[in-house]
Amino acid sequence: MPTPDTSNQGPPKGLGPLAKREMRFAYLLLLPTFLIVLSVVLFPLIANVWISFKPVTLGDLRAPAILVNERLMGDLAAVGDEADIRYRARNSSRKSAIADVLFTDTIPQSLTVISVNERCVAGGQKLTCDLGDYEAGQREDIIVRVAATQAFLDAPENIKVTKPVFTFAPENILTNGDFTLDNFRRVFNASDFWSVLWASMYYTIAGTVGALVMGLFAAQLMNITFGGRAFLRGLFLSPYVAPVIAVALAWVLLLDPGPGGTLNALLIQLGVIDGPISFLGQRAVEISFLGLSFDFPVALTVVIIFEIWRYFPLAMLFILARMQSVSTDIYEAAEIDGATPLQQFRFISLPQLMGIMAVLFLLRFIWTFNKFDDIFLLTGGAAGTRTLTVNVYEQAFAVSNLGAGAAVAVVVFLVLLCFSIIFFKFSPEVDA
Amino acid sequence: MNRLGNIYYLSVLFGALWGAIWAIIITLLALFISGLSFQPQVTAGAIAGLVAAAVLAFHPPAKRSLGLRALAGFAFLLVIVLASGAQPMGLPLGRYSAGQLIFTVLMAAITVQSIHLTCSNLGPGHEKRYNVEVLCLRFIKGFGLVTFTIAVALPFFVMVMMSLKNQQLLLSNPLDFSIDFGQGVSALFRSYIELFTQYHFGTYLINSALVSVATVAITLFFAVPGAYAVARLRFPGQNFLSRSILLIYMVPMIVLVIPLYAIFSQLGMRNTLWGLLFVYPATTIPVALYMLQGYFRGIPAELEEAGLMDGLTRLNVIRKITLPLALPALASVALYVFMIAWNEFLFAFMFLDNVDLFTLSRGIADLNSSEVPRQHLMAGAVIATVPVLALFLWFERFLVAGLTAGSVKG
Repeated sequence: MPTPDTSNQGPPKGLGPLAKREMRFAYLLLLPTFLIVLSVVLFPLIANVWISFKPVTLGDLRAPAILVNERLMGDLAAVGDEADIRYRARNSSRKSAIADVLFTDTIPQSLTVISVNERCVAGGQKLTCDLGDYEAGQREDIIVRVAATQAFLDAPENIKVTKPVFTFAPENILTNGDFTLDNFRRVFNASDFWSVLWASMYYTIAGTVGALVMGLFAAQLMNITFGGRAFLRGLFLSPYVAPVIAVALAWVLLLDPGPGGTLNALLIQLGVIDGPISFLGQRAVEISFLGLSFDFPVALTVVIIFEIWRYFPLAMLFILARMQSVSTDIYEAAEIDGATPLQQFRFISLPQLMGIMAVLFLLRFIWTFNKFDDIFLLTGGAAGTRTLTVNVYEQAFAVSNLGAGAAVAVVVFLVLLCFSIIFFKFSPEVDA
Repeated sequence: MNRLGNIYYLSVLFGALWGAIWAIIITLLALFISGLSFQPQVTAGAIAGLVAAAVLAFHPPAKRSLGLRALAGFAFLLVIVLASGAQPMGLPLGRYSAGQLIFTVLMAAITVQSIHLTCSNLGPGHEKRYNVEVLCLRFIKGFGLVTFTIAVALPFFVMVMMSLKNQQLLLSNPLDFSIDFGQGVSALFRSYIELFTQYHFGTYLINSALVSVATVAITLFFAVPGAYAVARLRFPGQNFLSRSILLIYMVPMIVLVIPLYAIFSQLGMRNTLWGLLFVYPATTIPVALYMLQGYFRGIPAELEEAGLMDGLTRLNVIRKITLPLALPALASVALYVFMIAWNEFLFAFMFLDNVDLFTLSRGIADLNSSEVPRQHLMAGAVIATVPVLALFLWFERFLVAGLTAGSVKG
C-alpha cells in the first residue's frame, strides 16, 4: 500500500486568493503615500549624495543659454547702400559648454542679403547658421551683409522686430559626468569643522535633556488641580504652537543689546548687570571658578535656552498624559504605607515615566539635531552657534556652493544614522 | 509641645522668599504699566514676607481666618514701607501715589495668599518628614508655576506690546509698555493697518491659509487609506511599515532642501505654491498615517466586518463606518497638520521669491531688515501667531488626545 503523500497535509502555505486580493488592495491604498514619500524624501536623499560629489554652485542651476545682441552697423541712406547686421552671441555660462548651437533669424523683406558668414545659409530672407559647439564663456560676432532697397528707405524696418532664435543642447551640470571629492575635502578640511560638530553635539544634548527635564517639571506642576489650570496649560503649550519665526523674532528683540532691548534694560534696572550683554552676538565669556577659568559659550547657551523654551511643552504634554493614565490606587497604597511625596515620585512616578521619557529623549534628540530654523533665525549661525544643519545652509546658499552644502548634509545624515544605530542597539525595548 | 519646629521655621523662610519674589514681580509689573523707573525693594520685601509668615504660621491652620490673613497683610505693608524708607517700589510715595498704593496692596495680598497656600493645613505640631517635604514641594511648585508662567508669557507679552508702540518710544524707554488708549483705535493699531495696506499682509494671510488647508486636505486624502491599510489589512511588510513609517519623520528637512531646490529650480516649480503643496504633504503624511493607524486599530473590527457581510465594499466600509467613528482622530490630525503647514518656515523661505506668493512666515522674514520698524515686525508676528494659537486653544483637548493616543501605550 503506498504511503499517502504527507507534503500536502497540514495548513495551506502561502497566500490564498482572498489574502492575495487583500494584499493587492492594501498595496493600492498605500501606493500614493509611497510615491509621494519616494519622490520628496527618498529620491532627494539620494540626489543629495549625488550632488555632494559634483562641483555645483548656486549659479549653475540657471541653465546656460546663448545670449544675443542684434545690431545694424552702418548707414542705409540710398538704394544699394550696404551695411552689416551684427549678431553678437555669447554663452552665458562661464563654466559649461553648449553643444550644437543652431541659430535662425528672419531678415526683413526690404533688405537684400549680400553675403553671410561661412557657417550660415541664407534661403531668401531666412537665415540659418550652424554654429557648432560653444565653449564656456565663448563669444563671437556673426556678420550678415545687407543692402537697402527702396522699400526699406520708404519704411525703415527695425531689424530687431524678428528675434533671432537659438536651439541648442545645454549641458546640465546636475546630470553630467563630472565628479569630484573637493566638496568633502573642503568640508573636512575647514578650520571650523570640529567646532561646528562640537556645537551641534552640545546643542543637541543640552537642548534635549533641558527640554525633557523642564517638561517633567512642568508636568508635575500641571498635575495638581487649581483654578486656571486649563488656561495655564494652554499658555504653556503656546511656545510649541506659535510659528517659529514669530517667537524667534520676539526673542531677538527681547534680547537685543542695543537701545530698545527689553531684557537688557530690565537687568540694568534691577542692577544685575552694569552694561548691556549681547546675548546672541557674544561667543564666549570667561568665567573663573575655584581658580579655574574656562570659556562659557554665551550665544550657544541662549540658543539652547530658546530650544528648551520652545520644546518643553511637547515633553510636558506626553509626560502629563502618561501620568494621568497611572491608576491612583498605587499612590493611595503608598500613602497608607507612609511614603513621603518625594519617595512616591522617586519610586512610583519615575519608573512609570521611564518608558515615555526614553521615547521622548530619542525623538527629541534626533529632532534637535535636525533643527535648523531656530538657530538660523536667532543668530544666523554667528557667534559660535553654527551647528551642522546651519552649516548646510551656510555652504549651499550663503557661500553659494551647493556641492559643499550637500556634502555637509551627507555628514548630517551619517551622524544621524550613527545615532539611530546606537539607540536601537542599546534600547531594544523602546519602539518609537 | 514644641511650638516652633521645623515647619514654622520653613514657613518663615518661604514667607521671606515669597516676599522677595512678589516684590520683584509686582514692581516690574508696575514699571511696565506706568513706565516709571521703579526699583524692586527685594530686601524689604523679604523682611516683610518673613514677618507676615511669622504672624500667619504662628497660628494653627484652622485659625487662619480671613481676618488673620488681613492682619498678616497689614504687617507686610507696614514692614515693607518701613524697611524701604517709605519707598516700597523704589520711588517716593508722592509720585504715582494711587498706583503705588494699589500695587503695594496687591503685593501684600498676593504674598500673604502665597504663604497661606504654601503652609495650609500645616502648622505647629506637624513636624514629620512627610509634612516637611509637602511644605518644601509646595513652595517649589508655586515658585515653578510663577517662573514658568513668566518665562513663557514674557516673549508673547513683549511681542504684543511692541506691536502697539512706535519705534521712538521703544528705543527711548524699552521698559515702558504703557498703552495710550487716548490716541484712538486706528492710531493704536497703526502697525497692523499699515501691514495690510502697504506690506501685502492680506495676500500673505490668504496664501498661508490656502497652503495650510490644501496641505490638510491632501494629507488626509492620502493618509486615511494608507492608515487603514496598515491598521486593518494583512499584507507582507505590514509590521515593518507600521514601525518604520515614522522613520521618515526623522529625516532632516535641511538635507532635503538642497536637492529639492536644485530639482525644483530646473523644473520651474521652485517659485510656486504648487511646489510647497508637493513638499508639505510629503512631510506630514507619515505622521498623519502613524497617528491615524493607531486610532483605527482601536475601532472594533466587528463593526467593519458587519458592514462587509452586508455587502459593502472595502472603500464604502472606510467611508461609511470607519471614518465617522474616527472623526475625533481626523480632527486632531487635521489640526496638527494645519499647524505644521502654517508654521513651516524653511521651504517657504527657500522656495518663494515672489511677493504675491509669500506665506506669512516668508513675509515676516522679508520684514526682518533694519529699514522696517520693530512694531511692524512684531505686528507681523502677532498676525501669524493669533490664528494658529486660537485654533489650537479652541481644539486643544482634541489635539492632545489625538497626539498622545497613538504613542502612549498603557
